[in-house]
This record gives sequence, structure tokens and C-alpha cells, in this order.
Amino acid sequence: MTAVAHHTSTGLDNRKLAFWMFIGSECLLFGSLISTYLVYQGRSVVGPTPEEILDIPLTSISTFVLLMSSLAMVLALAAVTRGDRRWSRVWLLATAALGMTFLGFQAYEFTTFVHEGLTLKTNLFGSTFFVLTGTHGAHVAVGVLWLLTLFVRSLQGKLGPDKAINVEITGLYWHFVDVVWIVIFTVVYLLS
Amino acid sequence: MATSVMEHTPSAGLGARVWSWITTTDHKRIGVLYGVTAFAFFLIGGLEALLIRLQLSHSGNTVVSAQTYNELFTMHGTTMVFLAVMPLSAAFFNFVIPLQIGARDVAFPRLNAFSYWVFLLGGLFLNASFLVGAAPNAGWFGYANLTSSQYSPGHHIDFWVLGLQVLGIASIAAGINFIVTIVNMRAPGMRLMRMPVFTWMSLVTQFIIVTAFPVITVALVFLMFDRYFGTNFYQVAAGGDVLLWQHLFWLFGHPEVYILILPAMGIISDVIPTFSRKPLFGYAVVVYSGLLIAVLGWGVWAHHMFQVGLGPIAESVFAATTMMIAIPTGVKIFNWIATMWGGRIRFTTAMLFAVGFIAMFIIGGLSGVMHSSPPADLQQTDTYFVVAHFHYVLFGGAMMGIFAGIYYWWPKVTGRLLSEGIGKTHFWLTIIGSNLAFFPMHFIGLLGMPRRIYTYDAALGLDTLNLVSTVGAFVMGTGMLVFVFNVLWSRTRGQPAGNDPWGGATLEWSISSPPPAYNFSVIPEVRSRMPLWSENGMTPVPAVPPEPVHVPPGSFWPALAATGIIVAAVGAILKSLLVVLGGGAVLIVAIYAWALEPFEV
Amino acid sequence: MTDNHTHAAGKHPGVGTYVTVAAVLTVITLVEVGVFYVPAFHGILAPVLLTLSAAKFALVVMFYMHLKGDHPIFTMMLSIPLLIAIAVGIALLFLFGVVALGGTAA
Repeated sequence: MTAVAHHTSTGLDNRKLAFWMFIGSECLLFGSLISTYLVYQGRSVVGPTPEEILDIPLTSISTFVLLMSSLAMVLALAAVTRGDRRWSRVWLLATAALGMTFLGFQAYEFTTFVHEGLTLKTNLFGSTFFVLTGTHGAHVAVGVLWLLTLFVRSLQGKLGPDKAINVEITGLYWHFVDVVWIVIFTVVYLLS
Repeated sequence: MATSVMEHTPSAGLGARVWSWITTTDHKRIGVLYGVTAFAFFLIGGLEALLIRLQLSHSGNTVVSAQTYNELFTMHGTTMVFLAVMPLSAAFFNFVIPLQIGARDVAFPRLNAFSYWVFLLGGLFLNASFLVGAAPNAGWFGYANLTSSQYSPGHHIDFWVLGLQVLGIASIAAGINFIVTIVNMRAPGMRLMRMPVFTWMSLVTQFIIVTAFPVITVALVFLMFDRYFGTNFYQVAAGGDVLLWQHLFWLFGHPEVYILILPAMGIISDVIPTFSRKPLFGYAVVVYSGLLIAVLGWGVWAHHMFQVGLGPIAESVFAATTMMIAIPTGVKIFNWIATMWGGRIRFTTAMLFAVGFIAMFIIGGLSGVMHSSPPADLQQTDTYFVVAHFHYVLFGGAMMGIFAGIYYWWPKVTGRLLSEGIGKTHFWLTIIGSNLAFFPMHFIGLLGMPRRIYTYDAALGLDTLNLVSTVGAFVMGTGMLVFVFNVLWSRTRGQPAGNDPWGGATLEWSISSPPPAYNFSVIPEVRSRMPLWSENGMTPVPAVPPEPVHVPPGSFWPALAATGIIVAAVGAILKSLLVVLGGGAVLIVAIYAWALEPFEV
Repeated sequence: MTDNHTHAAGKHPGVGTYVTVAAVLTVITLVEVGVFYVPAFHGILAPVLLTLSAAKFALVVMFYMHLKGDHPIFTMMLSIPLLIAIAVGIALLFLFGVVALGGTAA
């Protein structure tokens, strides 16, 4: 990413503006998925039902993990901004690791559900649940890949303070994915 | 030393020239690519229309089978909406917006190229379905559960589901690109309320695109999962609701019609003042109406569903919102007419199409308002009355607006004017043909002929009206041939255009036709909404740059990334995970190469 | 107008603020889970949980994503689509009979 920040009408960076617009767009994507989940709640003709199968304590832990990954992310940005190479790498890796931990929890949850008789096809809940949380998980996975890429760039000495904007944008993506999970956790798990 | 878009470099071999087009990141060339490709798809969609009209020219006809007929009207609609009107508008977004705001290019030139290649490959993918005898056949709106694997076996709907998702990627990417461009790359002094209305309406359109397309993406993903993985989103037996599809589709589909019409409204808002030699009447009102339409457009979608049994409360709400949205839409008409009033009008071909837009859009708007009443709509819906309505607004409106733009900006793009004589022939054939084609449909519909039927009984007594409509369609087709002839004629015989053949008011007319690769030798400072019509409206732009201007190089990665996406789509059709992953791998490689490539705008 | 300009306008919060926000987020999450398990709250579960998660949402968006203190255009780019999504979601809840005027449907 070598685009130089040129003069702009608002004084703001093009990439940051673009990314916020992308986030706006993603609000409609996840909004449609969540609305579908809500509209279809309770309409499955056969079980398992959410009450029977969702593991609130376990998911609370994974939610906490993801929240902490957002903390690691902002600390990574702070480190990159002040040119602290060591802590940039530590926090970037930590964010990725926490993200991977979350994905691990998701993988565990999905496989457990399949063993307990809930698949994409089983009923309406299976379809809406797996597509919604799966889409979210895919977003997390992309984020992890992105973070690891930045980590490698940092190892190569190519992630100095001049690249802070790139890390900031990575952060925007990561926090947004976290924020979507906040909504999903509430709507799917706690309000089941 | 910069060269212009259209300049040929005879010394470069064919391979080098093709490569320069594949790797171009210049918004002007990308605009030309969009225009040519979209027009080709427009002609294909037109052929589909002619076949439809041929089949319906009289009762009990046997030109095509029922199955082929379903494919024809599906592909005609899908092509015209996604592969013709939208990308023709995109051609103008690309070529004109940076010039109108005084920029050297868009915010993300490689992303811009990416959008084009995804569009091209997506359009080819959709049409490739014909080659394997599996063209989409469930209407351009693909209602569930007709589109389920149970009721639509084979690949027809898979092509549709995958093709539209691919095209959606192109649109959202371009939407973000143009929003950032317009917000962030305006010349000094080019305040938002000094921007040409075309740029304003384009900005509003992009905002609608980035918010509406994700919704149809979700609807399509659900359908894809139902068909491929046996999910239950639209499976009634499992508790699903086919209306979910309709809601999600029309939540996208209604904003989509504003995506289709706002750019054309923007075009004529620039054309009419130029050829009335008078500023646009009520600029602020026109701009705010556009914004209001974008907002209100989110509140009317279920008027496409008045016949499903929404219940009296929902129907009343949507009837009210639909009637309300007629207001900002209609207000603009008064602004355009008031602009012409007292002006020194020149009826160039561009102006004829612009005025034709107004007339046709009024008619289409009136039938539209008739639909806003649920009881009236209950008779009109799913009949040819609706077909009349949307062809008046989409052909009579959007397409004629686009033709106005083509005639208006052609000299800027190519350096030559299109023939006015041939152009007027094109115009008259088009306006007469389209009225012949679509006006009878109001009656055909009210007299009881449903949509989407491949034939009808003589006892309906609609043979004559249908024949008139078919004749009209062929008159329109002739008009299109005349236009193509005009294009070819103008290549060698078109009058060379200077910077400003029409006496326009906005920045694009301050530079050469065609513009140099870098657009503006010096970015001007703008002091007026009509810089070329105002005393001291802008600082001068010298013919030669005082110091060298950096023009970004081309890049291959956007085209490669697009290829990766389409390979994945092909893999999905083939039900080959290997090919899907292969396409994904190509995409990832291209993204990394793109990210790591040195590229200075 | 270079990167320096944009970052001066940024003024990112310090580490202390970030950790405090993380602590508040943790506490809210604990409260949410706690409320979920307390039978007394079941009547008002939905509004309480929605409010708490909205608070978490706002904290992350304002502080971690730095909307607070950034140019208002970013807030607009998030808020307008978000409002559209929420409005459409609520409309769909009504249209599908999940809620009705005067309380939730059966």
C-alpha cells in the first residue's frame, strides 16, 4: 500500500473514507441477515431449537475473547503510530491469535451442533443460524489473514508510522466485525 | 508527455494496444469500455425484446416455445437492468465525473478497472448460459419458490444467482469509489452546491447502490444456499416464507429503479440548461429532491407486493409513502420546464432526447401513481399495464436520458460530433417507435392480458394492439441501427469538436476534446456553479502543463482479480470445489499483488 | 495536506482510555449474561439486553473506531446506513407479524 496522501477536499484520507462507506454497506448486509434471523425465529417445524442447543456460557467466553481482541487491535495501532516495532508485532499477533481463538470456539460450536443434530438443512433455525454466524465467521477469518499479513509486513520492517493509516483501517474492519458480533450475541443467544 | 485517450499509437503492435486496454486505470478509457460493452449488451437485450414482440405479434404464435419465451423475458429484463442501463450510466460516471469536479482521475483507479472487468465477465457469464441451453428463466425478479431446485431444476437459476452476485460486487466497489471521488477530490472552490447536477445525482445514486445491493446479495445468498446446500430459507414445508424473497428483493428492487433513473435525470439537468442557454431553474430544489428520493425510496418497496395479502395497514402505509415519493420526482419536471421557459432553445439531438425524456417520464410517472393505489393496482399488477409503466420510465426515461448524454458528451470523448441529421432521424424513430410499442400496452393490460405469457388467445381481441406494439418495437430497433450508423459515420465524417462545441457551463468543456490523459494541465480554482458562463468563474487551464504531470501506470491485477471471481462462479456452476478454490486462489494472489504494487495516483 | 494533517485532526485516545473501555465492555458483558440468568428480569429481557448491547456498540464505535473526535462525515457514513438497516428490520418485524402494535404477537 503505497498511495501517498494527497490533498483532498475534506482533508481526510481517501482510503479511510472508502472504508467507512464499506462499513456502511456492510451494515445493510448484516442487517438483512439478522432481520431474517429475527423474522424466522420460532418458526422451525422441527427441532433442535435455540433454547435446547445454544451454549450461553461458552459463547459468553468467546464474545469476551473477541472484545479483548479489539483492545489488542487499538493497542497495535497505538504501537505502530509511535513507531514501536516490538509492541506493534506483539499486539498484531495478539489480535490475530484472539481472533483465531474465537474462530476455534466457533468451529467447536458448529461441530458440536452438527453432532447434536443441527445442520444447515435440519430446520429453519439451522439455516438462519449457520448462514448468519458463518458469514460473520468468514469475516473474522478474512480479518485474521489481514492481521497476519500486517504482522509479516512488520517483520519485514515495512510497517512504520507512515503506514499507521493502513493499520487504522485494519482496525476499523476488525472492530466492526466485533461490533456485529455484539449484536449477534445479543439477538441470537441472549434473546433466544 | 501524455497522450489522449483516443490517440492511436501506430507504432505499437496490436498486442501492446490490447494490453494497454486490459491494464488501463484511466477513468476515460474505462468509461469508453463501459460504454461500448454496455451498448453491446443493450443490443442483445433489444434482440431479446424483438423476439418477444415477434412471438406476441399475434395470438397463438409459434415463433418460440414457452420455455424459450421464459428465458427471453428473463434475460431481456436482467440484461437491460444490470448489463445495459446501469453500466451505460457507469460509462458516464467514469468519463464525466472527474472532469466535472476538476480531478485527474477517480479516487481508486485500479478499483475502477476492477469494477469494469467484473462487469464484463459477469455479463458474459450470464449470457454464456444461452450457450449451454440454460438461460435464466424465472423472470428478472426470480420469485421464490419457483426458483427452488425443485421447481427450477438445471442450471438456469444458478447462472442467474451467481451472475447477479458477481455483478453486485462490481457495483458496490464502483459505488464506494465514486462516493470518495466526489466527496474528496473536488477542485478547490468546487463546493458541493457548486457541482453540476449530473455529479450530484450520481453521488446520490452511488449511495443508493452501496446500501441496496447488500440486500439483494443476501437474498441471492439465501437462494444459492437453498439450491446448493438444501437450506430452508424459502422452503415453506420447513417453516420458511416465500415472501421473504419478495421483501428482500424489492427492498433492493425499488431503490434500484432510482439507481436506474437518477443518473439520466442528472444528465438532462445538465443538457437542458446548456441548450436553453439558461441556468437550471431551482438548482437547490433539484438537488434536494434527489436526496429526498434516495431516502424515501427506502420506504416504498412493498408497493410491488400489493397482491400478496399484506393486510390493510401495511398496504395503506406503503400506498401513502409511494404517493409521497411522486412529489420530489415530479418537482424536478417543473424545474426542467421552467429552465426552458424564456430560454434561447436549440433543438440539438441531445436536447430533443432530453425533452423527450420529460414527456415520456411524465406519462410513465402518471401510470406509476396509478399503481400507488392498492385497489387499482390489484387490477393492474402482473398485466401489461405495468409493462407499459416501467418501459415508459425506463426506456422513455432512462434510455432517452442516456442518449441525450451520448449526443452531448460524444464530442468530449471522441473529439468529433455525431451527425445532427442522422441523430434527429434516430430520435424521431425512437420516440415514435417507443410510443407505438408501449402506449398500447396500457390498454392491453387493462383489457386483461397478463405478463409473462408466451401466447394468448384470439378471443381476447388483442391481436391488433399487440401487432401495433410489435411494429413499434421494430421501429425502435431501426432507430438503434440508425444510431449505430451515426457512430460509424462520425468516426471519419464527424465534425471535429473544439473544447466546447455546445457552449456548456461546466468544467469538462474547459479542456480539449478529447481531454489529455491528465485531464487538467493545472487543477483550476472554481468560483461559480457555472464556471464557463460566469465572469471569473474559474482560473485558467493552460493548454500545456507548466510542469510534467504524473499519470499513473496501468495494472494487470484488477483484471486478474476479476478473472479469479468469475472462475469461482464457473466452478460453482460446474459444482467443482476445486475450480471454486482455484478461482479463490487467483483472487487472493491478485489482491496481494495489487496491494503490494507500487502505484501512485 | 499530508498524513500529518489528518493525524493531527485524529488525536487518538491514550492507552488508559482504551483499557478503561475494555473494562467497561467486560462489565457490561457480565451484566448481560447475569441478567440472562436472573428469572426476575425475564419480562424486560429484550429492552435491557438491547440497551446494554447498544451501549457496547456505541463504546466500540466511538472510542475504538474513533468516531468520537473524528470528522462527522464518518459518523454520517455509518449512521445513515445503520438507521436504514434498523428501520427496515423493524418494518420487517411488523410485516412478518413478529411484533404488532400493542405488544409482540404470539
